[in-house]
Amino acid sequence: MSSASVSRLPGATRLPDLSRVPAVDEVGVNERVARFQSRSIKAKAKIEGLKLTLSMIDLTTLEGQDTPGKVQQLCQKAIHLHDSMPGLPHVAAVCVYPTMVSVAKDALEGHDINIASVATAFPSGMSSLDIKLNDTRIAVDAGANEIDMVISRGAFLAGDYQLVFDEIVAVKEACGDAHLKVILETGELGTLDRVRRASVLAMHAGADFIKTSTGKIHPAATMQVTLTMLQAITDFYYETGRMVGMKPAGGISSAKLALHYLVMLQETLGNAWMTPEWFRFGASSLANDVLMQLKKQETGVYQSPDYFSKD
Amino acid sequence: MATPENKLAFDGGWEYAPAPESTDHISIKKRYELFIDGEFVKPESGKYFETINPATEERLSRVAEASAADVDKAVKAARTAYAKVWSKMKPAERGKYIYRIARIMQERAREFATIESLDGGKPIRESRDIDIPLAAAHFFYYAGWADKLEYAFPGRRPKPLGVAGQIIPWNFPLLMAAWKIAPALACGNTVVIKPAETTPLTAMKLAEVIADAGLPPGVVNIVTGAGKTGADIVQHPGIDKIAFTGSTEVGRIIQKALAGTRKSYTLELGGKAANIIFADAALDQAVEGIVNGIFFNQGHVCCAGSRLLVQESVADEVIRRLKDRMATLRVGNPLDKNTDIGAINSRQQLETIQKYLKIGKEEGAEVYQSAARLPKKGFFCKPTLFTGVSQSNRVVQEEIFGPVLAVQTFRTFNEAIAKANNTPYGLSGGVWTDKGAKIFKMTQDIRAGVIWANTFNKFDPTSPFGGYKESGVGREGGLHGLDAYLRLEA
Repeated sequence: MSSASVSRLPGATRLPDLSRVPAVDEVGVNERVARFQSRSIKAKAKIEGLKLTLSMIDLTTLEGQDTPGKVQQLCQKAIHLHDSMPGLPHVAAVCVYPTMVSVAKDALEGHDINIASVATAFPSGMSSLDIKLNDTRIAVDAGANEIDMVISRGAFLAGDYQLVFDEIVAVKEACGDAHLKVILETGELGTLDRVRRASVLAMHAGADFIKTSTGKIHPAATMQVTLTMLQAITDFYYETGRMVGMKPAGGISSAKLALHYLVMLQETLGNAWMTPEWFRFGASSLANDVLMQLKKQETGVYQSPDYFSKD
Repeated sequence: MATPENKLAFDGGWEYAPAPESTDHISIKKRYELFIDGEFVKPESGKYFETINPATEERLSRVAEASAADVDKAVKAARTAYAKVWSKMKPAERGKYIYRIARIMQERAREFATIESLDGGKPIRESRDIDIPLAAAHFFYYAGWADKLEYAFPGRRPKPLGVAGQIIPWNFPLLMAAWKIAPALACGNTVVIKPAETTPLTAMKLAEVIADAGLPPGVVNIVTGAGKTGADIVQHPGIDKIAFTGSTEVGRIIQKALAGTRKSYTLELGGKAANIIFADAALDQAVEGIVNGIFFNQGHVCCAGSRLLVQESVADEVIRRLKDRMATLRVGNPLDKNTDIGAINSRQQLETIQKYLKIGKEEGAEVYQSAARLPKKGFFCKPTLFTGVSQSNRVVQEEIFGPVLAVQTFRTFNEAIAKANNTPYGLSGGVWTDKGAKIFKMTQDIRAGVIWANTFNKFDPTSPFGGYKESGVGREGGLHGLDAYLRLEA
């Protein structure tokens, strides 16, 4: 590609031609996913994969009943995953509502753990742009360095791509230096074709990450949806030279499933994405299952879940 | 459009640890005899040949070499079993025996899969997930037909042919045995079958299963050997029908030998299938189909999609995706559960493939091979693309039977059809498009026995399989497969 288009594309603010996005065949996607799942990850590879998984977790609590105390506990867990096992990484980030960002900021003081906040009238996004931008600014001002926004699914499904695009561009601007993750809420998009188009739209609008789900809608993340988004990231990378991160969220609670995601990531986007900088798991209960598996690798036996702190 | 510096890196990084299937649950004898008239008997000549593991070049076992005298003994046993027992048995009873073979095969699936991969070089993932389950499925399927043949051919009286001589190839040893034996038995015929000389072991395990199933002696006879043994079967006057799967070259010799005899025959021969990708196809899934089409079973597949025809507007994009996908294909130990491409079946076949790699280069094709590291010992070949090739190139016209794909582009629908059909073969084809109407038009216009739409290399016992032109005569599988083992009387 010409150098002129390289310099234009990363900061582009033009809605891409979504009719040029390749079609997605669901049957083929299922078959590919089954191949990833048939990979056998053992011994050293398993331990490495499990530790990598831990380092990629966005430890999340997004409940109406969240309290400062619960968020503080979550932050402690983020720092001290299981101190009786030496050599464990810490998680990548904690993910909370905007009102809890300042609590998390205090609790994580001095630690290299990111603070992600959902914003833009999460989870439905059913509000005005003004409120969404304010929501974003409140979170950033309180200390969030990662913003997880939701797209307007209603507008997207109605075909008003320009509105969805413009909203992302505006939120990206409101983020300032904070990284922007764009939640597509794939469970509401209905088809993989729409997932792929929404991914392309979000990346062109400036998303640093694309993310599957809020966790409030079923189905949340699936390997099929994630593969479709990873393939969109591949195309975007070849087209623009810009790497975009991926965050499946919701429904990934077992270590085995997390390893399948890593296999899929490695065999789709390659080594460069195999770091917390470019891949995250949005999850609340995954960490403990990974810890239990790591302990089992070490001792040969499974320990009771009671040996691992819940939060 | 990719810039040169934008390149995904798949090498290094997170390495999968070895995950080999264990071999302590199998037993391979030092020597295998012929299976004739329900017994394991020594060959008249006293000669044995070696069968090796193509991934290590180590000897697995020694196997009896059947001479004309042994073949004669086998045909006589089959004739007696046919006349006295099998053709007289109530069809429902025949069905019971075939069901029993299917069930025992399922119970011993892991053993069969491991031996298939050891003897033939195919990845354990394929022998475990495809070869063995499909072989059992064929026995299950045809067992069901045994007592329903009149319903398959209404108004006709189906009669068995007699003794079937069957010669099968090395690419799907047990599966091809199942394709041949199951319909023959269901229709009331008895069998003399010869497995390929590089892959006889699962056939000998099948002999054990047949013995365990209590099949009457002589109904299935298994004679091992090379081309000479095959010729003895073809020429034996006591044979009523020949079923052959293998090369077009040998198929021609067999057809000549059978001309003017009363023997009926089915031949399933070579192919050079086109996999056609239109610009509107789901490209990432199409690339998956290309990979399954040509790298499945190291490309040792008669219906492999060995020619890729891609519409020019997406050609660069498809090739970019294909190269990235090839970088993730793991070549190596067939017994490792993460291996995608195993060992080439024999030194001879590896030499054939290498000959074509040389021819392709001499013809001016651009060669691309993945960066896969090959084991030092054994017969291995990197997955390979030829781009910039023409219809007149030998690597486009001739069957290579290895992990080698010739890539061409086309502009219009008609050009794709013309190129797809411009081959002496006509076994299979693939079409990738999001438009249903285009699929129907394609399937009408491509002259091939099987055409897959938005998928490739899918097999099912209920589906007929066979070729146009030099890809063969007759159909196997499904209801059509019964026809090849019956005489239909009015």
